[in-house]
Amino acid sequence: MKRLLIVIAFLIVFLLIALPFIGIAVGAFEQGAGPFWKALVRPEALHAMYLSLLIVVIVTALNAIVGVYLSLELVRGTWIARRIKPVVNALIDLPFAVSPVIAGLMIILLFGPDSLVGAFFEGHGAKIVYAVPGMVIATLFITFPLMVREVVPLLQEIGEQSEEASKTLGAGAWRTFFQITWPSIRWGVVYGLVLTIARSLGEFGSILVVSGNILGKTQTATTLVYEDAENFDLVAANSVAFVLGVISIAILLCLEWMKKRKEAHMHAH
Amino acid sequence: MVVKILASQAYKSASRSLLVAYLLLLVAWPIVTVYVKGFSLGWKPFWDEISGPIAWKSILLTVKLSVVTTIIQAVIGTLIAYVLVRYSFRGRMLLSSLVDLPFALPTSVAGLMFLTLLGPSSPLGDWLNRIGVQLLYNQTAIVIGLTFVTFPFVVRTVQPLLEQLDASEEQASYTLGAGRGYTFRHVVLPAIVPGILAGSMLAFSRALAEFGAISLISGNLPGKTMVVSVFIYGETQNFRPEGAAALSAVLLTLSLIVLWAINTLTRGKGRLG
Amino acid sequence: MHIEARNLNKSFGSFHAVRDVSFQVEKGRLVGLLGPSGGGKTSILRLLSGLERPDSGDLFFDGKLATPLSVQERSIGFVFQNYALFKHMTVFDNIAYGLKVKKKPKAFIRERVSYLVELMGLAGHERKYPQQLSGGQRQRVAFARALAPEPQLLLLDEPFAAIDAKIRKELRLWLRNLIDEFKVTTIFVTHDQDEAIEVADEIIIVQQGKVEQQGTPWEIYTSPASPFVASFIGESNVLAKPVELRGFPELADHQANGEWLPGVSVLIRPEAIEVRPADTTYLATAGEPGRVTRTHFRGDSWYLEIDTGKLQLFAYQSTKERPFQPGDEVNILIHQMALFTPGQSRMLENRAKEDPLPIFI
Repeated sequence: MKRLLIVIAFLIVFLLIALPFIGIAVGAFEQGAGPFWKALVRPEALHAMYLSLLIVVIVTALNAIVGVYLSLELVRGTWIARRIKPVVNALIDLPFAVSPVIAGLMIILLFGPDSLVGAFFEGHGAKIVYAVPGMVIATLFITFPLMVREVVPLLQEIGEQSEEASKTLGAGAWRTFFQITWPSIRWGVVYGLVLTIARSLGEFGSILVVSGNILGKTQTATTLVYEDAENFDLVAANSVAFVLGVISIAILLCLEWMKKRKEAHMHAH
Repeated sequence: MVVKILASQAYKSASRSLLVAYLLLLVAWPIVTVYVKGFSLGWKPFWDEISGPIAWKSILLTVKLSVVTTIIQAVIGTLIAYVLVRYSFRGRMLLSSLVDLPFALPTSVAGLMFLTLLGPSSPLGDWLNRIGVQLLYNQTAIVIGLTFVTFPFVVRTVQPLLEQLDASEEQASYTLGAGRGYTFRHVVLPAIVPGILAGSMLAFSRALAEFGAISLISGNLPGKTMVVSVFIYGETQNFRPEGAAALSAVLLTLSLIVLWAINTLTRGKGRLG
Repeated sequence: MHIEARNLNKSFGSFHAVRDVSFQVEKGRLVGLLGPSGGGKTSILRLLSGLERPDSGDLFFDGKLATPLSVQERSIGFVFQNYALFKHMTVFDNIAYGLKVKKKPKAFIRERVSYLVELMGLAGHERKYPQQLSGGQRQRVAFARALAPEPQLLLLDEPFAAIDAKIRKELRLWLRNLIDEFKVTTIFVTHDQDEAIEVADEIIIVQQGKVEQQGTPWEIYTSPASPFVASFIGESNVLAKPVELRGFPELADHQANGEWLPGVSVLIRPEAIEVRPADTTYLATAGEPGRVTRTHFRGDSWYLEIDTGKLQLFAYQSTKERPFQPGDEVNILIHQMALFTPGQSRMLENRAKEDPLPIFI
């Protein structure tokens, strides 16, 4: 019975996850390494990957700083009344419930050329929607909860006592943060960072809507894959997808490794 | 001097207000906007939008297929969680990592995966074609895509509950004469039901919202294989923001309800006490 | 049910937990598997239950081969160390579980469970969940659950490990009475020797996967088969190096160059040491002079550390006498000591007691 269950489990995972992924590798190299490489160094491909990278860096940096600060305030700050807490909780979770297409729509409604904000910026020659800023905002929205949800439970678990002890010994807020708080939440933050990177790199639906998918201008790696596939240029699509896939696996392994370290770190306390 | 300012009460409350403003701005305001836009022309136009045949069918289709996917996930997710927790075998770590892959993979890549695998140009696709099994451009394709992206949810919510369930409870059941099946039904299942429920709801909510994986493999046939998210996308491409917003409002409401249900069920990690 | 184990062997990976274990248990007896942690006792228990399968060897229940039987078929009751109560079932449902599995009629189940609930003193708690009960109550539920289907063999894994010391004593008596009432063959695992001695009809000492000795508590205590048993049961003074002691001339035969011969151990039980004031007149020459270095109060006795110059020993003193103080000069009379040589163990009596004028050869 045990054997049977294990075999079934492996079968399901293999058919659903492993096999399709292998399909990409096969599809990418179907015509050999030459076309694979050519697909990757196309100007639009290079630009798309550059754009993806840019967005990842900006969003991750912003989320890191704001996310940690927000978590600290939310857990340690006593100013949040009981009644507001569930609301704040709900707000943090909201982006998870929103379909990426809707997220894209929201940005268009808020910052598009017909909106107040959008019109203002357009007047000064800066585009938000159908340009990089809009894509950054959309990705910010989507990845916003990731850091907070990692750091908040950590902060709650370690409690305030170490920090209070630090204060009684005369340490100021910055020192307390860097020497006491930070080492305890470090791994959670890093984990949240990696999650953010994975999510912002992989974001597709909202980007598709917000960016207009303009070739060479607002196309990211993920939307390039989509476009290639729609044009039935499968080798090209698979090539870029392969690169994305490999990066995803690398991130995944990173996450798994960190999960183990995070657990070991916590248990050491 | 700067330090004094930073430490003063005024600065503190100012920075806190800024915080709340950031939260609201980033999260609440955009969502409100969708509803506002959806009803911007009034109730009747809103109603007309969503009751249009294609729109309405897409809603039904999305809900139906999400439910199907959720049920499938509930079963295989529990199975895989049980195998991962209770048994040790070679390749267990590999299996566990593969379970997480759908989390890390961009959704358009996921869609492409199945397109490549099941498409006519692949050996598998070709063979399937010949034996008359169609797994692309139909509802089955959508379910396959949805099952892929929701894969980790049930497994990861059931696992911790299974780990908490002492193996000795199952053993005690055996010593009292119960076989494996009886033990599973009466001892294991009751303990993991909350996890199955929570995971199922997460999976359902994700399935409702999914766009990337489906858009490539479903064929997007209006009224037949077009899900709500794809319909909304179409509306935005056709510069019909009111239509897009109207349907978004419906989808959002559905998602929010599920989210609320999940929150009431699991008062756990990430909550502020 | 009569139990026989023959040449049981079990390894977990490279760890050989059970080595060639054989023993027999008479029907209706209460037997303790006693030994240090990690010694294999729990493994033996689990082999008896069927939760583990032996790599080699056989089990016989009432003379019939039981090794191939599954856990479910063995008609055993098992009380786990952590009780393993079904957390999502009430007390009543926990106890009724084994009966429901056997598809007994509802009325019968209700009767039997009520009887056990009464017996265990759990009346009024039937609708409660395990989390709402105290440790002691949970344990009683575990017992009731195991006994409900009328097992032929009851297996207990360190039943009192999680209980407070004070309540433990009461529970030992309770267990004894319970087993007497149910008359079911019971085997329990413990690393607490006092518990084994007080509760069990027979003790099997297990160390490093092997059976060291099986016998009644009295037999084991008074005639330990090996130095390990002797030092495990009760406390002993170990003579690490040979010394000359009045009244024990045999010791000289077992030493060479200031060390004991290989395989030789000498142990002295503290009860075998009588501590008298230095000026005692009775059998004064049969004893050794010494001085008390430290004393510890033990509640029902004094624990004395004594230095005779040649040896450091410990002994007990009753609280009825005037307690010795550190620094007091004393005369210790060693009544007997245990001598272990490879293949033999004997008790040596103090010869000097018979002959007040010691004559050494």
